[in-house]
This record gives sequence, C-alpha cells and structure tokens, in this order.
Amino acid sequence: MSKRIVVDPITRIEGHLRIEVDIENGKIKDAFSSGTMVRLIEEILKGRDPRDAWAFVGRVCGVCTSTHSLTSVRAVEDALDIVIPPNAELVRNIMHCSLYMHDHVVHFYHLHAMDWVDVVNALKADPKKTSELAQSISNWPKSSPGYFSDIQKRISKFVASGQLGIFANGYWGHPAYKLPAEVNLIGLAHYLEALEWQKEIVKVHAIFGGKNPHPNYLVGGMACAIGIDDVSGINAERLAMVARLLVEGKNFIEQVYIPDLMAIASFYKDWGAIGGGIGNYLAYGDLPTNGIRDIASMKFPPGAILNKDISKVYDVDLRHDEEVQEFVTNSWYDYAGGDGVGLHPWKGETKMNYTGPKPPFEHLDVDKKYSYLKTPRWKGNAMEVGPLARVLVGYARGKEEYKAVVDKALTDLDVPVTALFSTLGRTAARGLESVLASGWAQEFYDQLITNIRNGDTRMADVTKFERETWPKQAVGVGFSEAPRGALAHWINIEDQKIANYQLVVPTTWNASPRDGKGQLSAYESSLIDTPLANETQPLEILRTIHSFDPCMACAVHLYDEKGDTIGRFSVVGD
Amino acid sequence: MATETRIKKPLTYYEEMRMKGYSRRDFMKFASMMAAFIGVESTAIGQVAKALETKQRLPVIWMHFQECTCCSESFIRSSHPIVADILLDMISLDYSETLMAASGIQAEQSLHNTLEKYKGQYILCIEGSVPVGADGVYCMIGGKTSLQVLEEVSENAAAIIAWGSCASNGCVQSAKPNPTSATPIHKLVKGKPVIKVPGCPPIGEVMAGVIVHYLTFGRIPELDRLGRPKAFYSKRVHDTCYRRAYYDAGLFVESFDDENAKKGYCLYKVGCKGPSTYNACGVMKWNEGTSFPIQSGHPCIGCSEENYWDNGRLYERASAFAGFGIEADADTWGKVALGVTAAAIAGHTIATNVSKYKKIHELELEGKESEKDVVS
Repeated sequence: MSKRIVVDPITRIEGHLRIEVDIENGKIKDAFSSGTMVRLIEEILKGRDPRDAWAFVGRVCGVCTSTHSLTSVRAVEDALDIVIPPNAELVRNIMHCSLYMHDHVVHFYHLHAMDWVDVVNALKADPKKTSELAQSISNWPKSSPGYFSDIQKRISKFVASGQLGIFANGYWGHPAYKLPAEVNLIGLAHYLEALEWQKEIVKVHAIFGGKNPHPNYLVGGMACAIGIDDVSGINAERLAMVARLLVEGKNFIEQVYIPDLMAIASFYKDWGAIGGGIGNYLAYGDLPTNGIRDIASMKFPPGAILNKDISKVYDVDLRHDEEVQEFVTNSWYDYAGGDGVGLHPWKGETKMNYTGPKPPFEHLDVDKKYSYLKTPRWKGNAMEVGPLARVLVGYARGKEEYKAVVDKALTDLDVPVTALFSTLGRTAARGLESVLASGWAQEFYDQLITNIRNGDTRMADVTKFERETWPKQAVGVGFSEAPRGALAHWINIEDQKIANYQLVVPTTWNASPRDGKGQLSAYESSLIDTPLANETQPLEILRTIHSFDPCMACAVHLYDEKGDTIGRFSVVGD
Repeated sequence: MATETRIKKPLTYYEEMRMKGYSRRDFMKFASMMAAFIGVESTAIGQVAKALETKQRLPVIWMHFQECTCCSESFIRSSHPIVADILLDMISLDYSETLMAASGIQAEQSLHNTLEKYKGQYILCIEGSVPVGADGVYCMIGGKTSLQVLEEVSENAAAIIAWGSCASNGCVQSAKPNPTSATPIHKLVKGKPVIKVPGCPPIGEVMAGVIVHYLTFGRIPELDRLGRPKAFYSKRVHDTCYRRAYYDAGLFVESFDDENAKKGYCLYKVGCKGPSTYNACGVMKWNEGTSFPIQSGHPCIGCSEENYWDNGRLYERASAFAGFGIEADADTWGKVALGVTAAAIAGHTIATNVSKYKKIHELELEGKESEKDVVS
C-alpha cells in the first residue's frame, strides 16, 4: 500500500508547480508534476506588431531574463529573413554568457545549496580549520580564519535573535545532510558572497540592454549603437567596464563556485546514481559565431541523445512537422482536432479548459487532466533539456572543450561517466558549462574589440525594419539554449501582424505531465525510486527537482488514502 | 489619502523576559544557553545577548501570484543597502517562495507563525497580479486560488507593498484581451494602505528604498494620487533624461544605428515613451547607476505606466501633442487622438528649434576647431 505526498509549496524555484508522489517502502513509486499558473501570453500576442513581441515574451520569465527576448527577435528575424551584423551577434552572445554566469551561480547558492548545506551545522565549524580547507581547494582571497569567524558570529547573532527569516523551519539536522561543519560554513559564507556578486555581472546587461532584469532587444540587431567618440554610445569606458565584469565573473566561477561544487559533490557521490530519469536528452544549440543559420559554428552544439547512448547524436529539425509536437492529453486545454493529436507549434493552439478540482482542494485527480503545461515530445519521445543535455551533446559530439571539463570533473570525483545521468550529474553539468560560458564570453569580447578596431561599428540592420518591406505572410522559428534548456518560439506573421505565436519552454519539456501513451516527462521520471529518509521532510524530492532549476512554484501536503492532509497531524506508518 | 501609518513595535526577547518578571541575570543565563545550543564559542555570548536585546526585525511576507519573478530578481540587485544586509539586519523575510529554505508543510508553518504572532505588524509584499477569471483557477498555490491566499494573508497586514507593474497595474497578462482577468492588488484589497511600486521590474534600489523608508521613519513613504511613492515616481523620465537637450534642439535618432544614434541623439522619433512615463530611471539609473534604457540606445517602453502594453506600438509614438518642447500639456498626451505623423512632428520641430539647432551646430564647429588646435 502506498502513501501520497504533496509538496506544498516547493520553494526556491520560479513560478507555480505542484508535485504529488506515491511512496512505498521509503521510496517514490510514482510522481505527478503539475503547473498551476497560466497567463496566456500567446493569446495576448495575437494581432500585435512582431517587432514588439520580444518585450511581451521577455516577461515570461524574470529569472532567465533576456532569454525569451533573444529567442523572439531570432524568430522574427528568421521569418523576415533578416541577417544581423556580426557585432550584434557578439553583443547578444556576451549578454547570454553573462546570463549563464549569473543564473547558474544564483541557482547553485540561493536555490539549490540549502538542499546539501546544513546552515545551522555551519555554526559548529572551527573557523581555523575552515580557513585551511578553503585555502586547500581555492586561491580565493577571502579565506582567513577571521573572515569565517566573522561570518559565523554574524549568523549566530541572527539565529539568536529568534527571527530566522528565510532559514526558519529548514530541514537542518536531517540525516541526508552529509557535509562536515567546515564545508557547511564555506557554503554559508559563499551564499552571502554570491548574493553580493550576482548584482555585478548583470551590469553587462545594463550596458548593452539598458537594465536588468528585462534588458532591451531589437529586431535586426541591438539598439546600443557603438559611438566610440561619444559619451552616450558603446565607447572605451563602457567596454572597459564589460571587460572588468567578465574577468571578475570568470574568477568567481573558477575560484568560488567550482571548488565549492566539487567539494560538496565529493560528499554526495551516492546522488550520482539517483534521479537520472528518462535518459533522453535534447539541445537546440546556441552561441552562433557565424550567423544563426550556421549550425556548425555554435558553441553549444544542437542534437538529441536517446536511452543514455552517447555514442550516437541525432540531428534536430525544429521546422519539421513530425519532430517537435505538443500534446494536451493530460493538460487543461482542448485541441480542435481532439486530444489524441500532437501539433507542431506552427499549427499550435492554446485554448484553455480547466477541468481540475474546484479550489481549495487537497489533491489533484491525476487520472484526468492535471496541469497547465502541455506535453512536448521529440519524434514521440519524452526528452530532458538543460545543462546536462547540453554538456552530454557537446561531449558526445566530441567537442574538445566539453571533453576537457567533463573528464577532469569525473577524474577529480573518481566517478564513472554514467554518474552524469543523475541528480548529481545535472548539478555538476551546470557548473561545468558555467566555466565554458565564462571563457567564451572573453572570446566574444575580444572579437568585438577586434571588429571595432577594424572599423566595423554596425550594430543593427534596419533595411527590413519598416513593416512596408515585409511579405504578406511569413513564418519563423527562433531558438536558444536558455540556462534551463532548449527554448524555441514559433511565429506566424500575416498582414504585418502576429497571427500565431507559440513558445515551447525548457520547463515545459521537463515538468510536463505524462503523455497519452503513459510516457513520463523528466521531473516525474527522475523522482521514481528516490529514497525518502523522512517522509514529512521532502528534502530528497527538493534535491532532484531543484537539480532541474525549475521555472515555477508548487505544493506539498501529505495525505493518506482517504485524502486527509497529513500537514494537520503527525505522520503514522503505513 | 492617509500616508501616516505608524506601526506597533514588537518587543525584543529581553523586554519580553523582563516584563514576565525575569532578572537581567536570568536573561544572561538564557543567552549563554542559547549560545551553547547553537554551538558558538563562549566569546560570542555577549553577541548573542546583544542580539536578544536589540529590536526585532520587521516581519515581511512576500507572496508570488501571476508574475515572472523579475521583481525578486531586481530586489536582490539592490546595491545600497545590499540584500544580505536587508535580510540579516533589517527585516525578517518570513515567507518568500524564492529564497526560503523550507518547503511544503514547513513553509506553510512559517507563514502561519508570522500571520498569528505579528498580527497587524507584518508587511505584506506582493509580486504578481491576481487572475479573477474562472473563479481564480488560473493561479493556484497549494490547492488554493491566489484570490483565496490573498484574502488570508492581507487580513492582518500593517501595510501592503505591490511590487512591480503586475501587482500595481496588471502588466503583461492584463494586456488586451486579458484572458485570465488579471487584476492588480489595490482593486482587491480594501481598507489598507497599498503602496504601488510599478515598473517591469522596479529599480532594485527603489524597492530597497521603500523598505528602508519604512524602517527609518516608521511610516510608509508619502504617496502620490495613484498610490506611488512620490520620492521615486514624481518625475517623468523625459524631464530627467540627459538626452533632453537634443529633444529641445530637434535632434533625433531617425532609425536605429544611424549616425544620430551613434551621437546619442533623442530617441523620441523611434518610439520613446519617456515623455509619458513617471519613473526614476533618468536620475537613479539601473544596476547601481550603470545605465538605463535610453542611455543604452533603446527608447523607454514606459513599463511603469498603467496599460503600457496597450498604449501603442513600441517603436511609434502613438500620441501626438501640441507645442513641441513645451511640457504644459504633456500629461494629456495619452488622451490625444492618434494621427499626427512623425514627419509632421519633425517639420514642426525643425521650424521651432532652428535657432537652437544653429547654436549647437556652431558649438560643434567650435569644438572641432579647438580639436585641431590640440592635434597640431
């Protein structure tokens, strides 16, 4: 007999998501993932100016801010056959790498770390030993005994005040926490340092896009004109600031994030065999270096991997009617042609029909439709997208940069390559690609300087900016690798207006409900067989769900077969 | 509207103990025990005692409804004060789905502890709009609709801060046809001060500034007739824009990346909404004063204004107005019927600003002359 747990809310994620799991003999037997918030931006876009779409869809997400805007301008440029100048591509790439550097560090320290780091236990650490340990794994200058002692005193004072704020009611002392007190203290110190540093790297977005979150983009290139002899334009001072921010960011990633990630991972190697899930991986590719249509020029190569077989990588065609399709068998939508069909996004429909229980409710009826997310499939397969998919595709494609970072990490941790297919692998891959992105950002910056020095100051191609120049009908697809995974927007333009706009978002791939054939998507699948040490404290669920870096917010109660919520009384055994 | 909202200060642990008849000695014993319990060295007992004696931090509950979390992200971008200092020294962020360690039942417990313990004393921050269509099923948290959650958490709040355009005016999801009937907070909560801090997102230091004002002066900041803090929303971006002189002189960017764009001319003709937007961007700028949209060459999109998504296209000035360069009736622009083309405006501008243009041209020549002197 199994028991159902509903996590309510799963915190330290973006948005609204609900997970329900069935537990048997201390392990998860079945899992259901439900998105519970919808805004219907696709509907709002209809009839609007395609050049404005980036601003609307930019507001889909403020965490991976800029990604949807980038994808949108690419979709419109694809539809109207606009080729952007090289400098615009470089600026977009620099901004995208900065986003990676920001988003992955914030995810690791502020959304994920407390799944592994016991903050209260850090107060028991010896500052001197902590300092020795910190200096043995990194050259980061802030590592003296006095430094760690000050952090400890500050947090002790905070704890003693009795107002624990964001640390209140955490799972401190849970048996699944395995780090020595000194490592916990390093994690806590860097939680605070990362919180201060993250506001720096996004200044790159402010310089090129005017602000962060939600920097500005432009169909045809970027609006930040290069004016090396004007105080307003992108000039030597602005570029020098970008250079400094990128170097500091790279240092933070190499001297703080990566040493911490490796130190923490070395105590949790058992998580290299937990949370793997479906084993199918999908990447669309990004960071073009010779125009978006030159797939071979991309730093993030596109491709698909099936059944954990990294000896073979399949090509992906986003325009093909039969490759990417969305299903609504278990989603609160109706298709005109019935629920059995899968629609390519160019033919996509977004007609809502909520048929779930009437709120307030204790649990979803998972035998019927149970989510606002549609279910995307690639050639009928459930796919995982995100850092792990990207790193595996790069590795499987034999790209040297990927092989170098992956092999080093596997050697340092002394784990086999199969350990990548796991919760730990997902979390490690995010760190590894941060290293790559911070290196690439330097390359793109150097290239930008070279171009300007050679007299190329073009930043936008406006020859097709005016609506009169457009064809009567056009379709386009824009794709990118968002920090959370493969992202694409499909647009249909008619009479210079948006006729249809469909987004298939990374978290839709990962967090969607099962399809009509009963195939589980990545979240649901990766939770199966996860052990729970204490079913009233869903720490292990958080570890795996957070390893995907979800873009939503959700819910967990515990209820027994009669539907009583355990949150109202203490748990009894089966 | 009343802007004087003083708050009842919660007691410190020390005050509470003294009121219950314990001595200073008892208190020090308790502090030593607490210090031992949390495992700090004996040298830190004084620190612990001090913490128990100092004033309580302001309890804050931060809810997410229909939003994209850009407000939370902007908040952590604040540079003065930095967010770590806010979280550790100024407020007690007792509920925040983005940052809190606890999930599930434990997160709900934190919420309910604060709702009960600090009745009438906590600040409620809201990020996101509330969809009221279809009985609220478009946004559900823990099996409740956001409408049901809002009712519960707002009942005993001392004040409500509506972060960002979603909570202040509905933002993108309320753009036509507003399929989920997304509704801003002030339309749903009555009888409480609602401080609107619009923007998509608001500037990080503005968000921190609103909280710091409350902590420093013990009351909410003075609001304008729309419920926005006057300190940050009383000036138009246009009036505080460093490119304003070019506007007055009739010098405009005609299309993106043209020669005028490289010189940093005014972006009005490529759609800038600065003249009809109230915000602090031109003065405080973004990301610790690094830049703001106009400085980086993109027109202001007016993200802090009501219905900005439906106020015309991004790259065209929908509103025409008389008396170019004269600001008296600028506030009525949005209400003026559309129809005056950019070309007509440009003609008008050049006619009225010819003398200024000449002057600037002369100054530029003068500059070039002096440059020659330096080079030779």
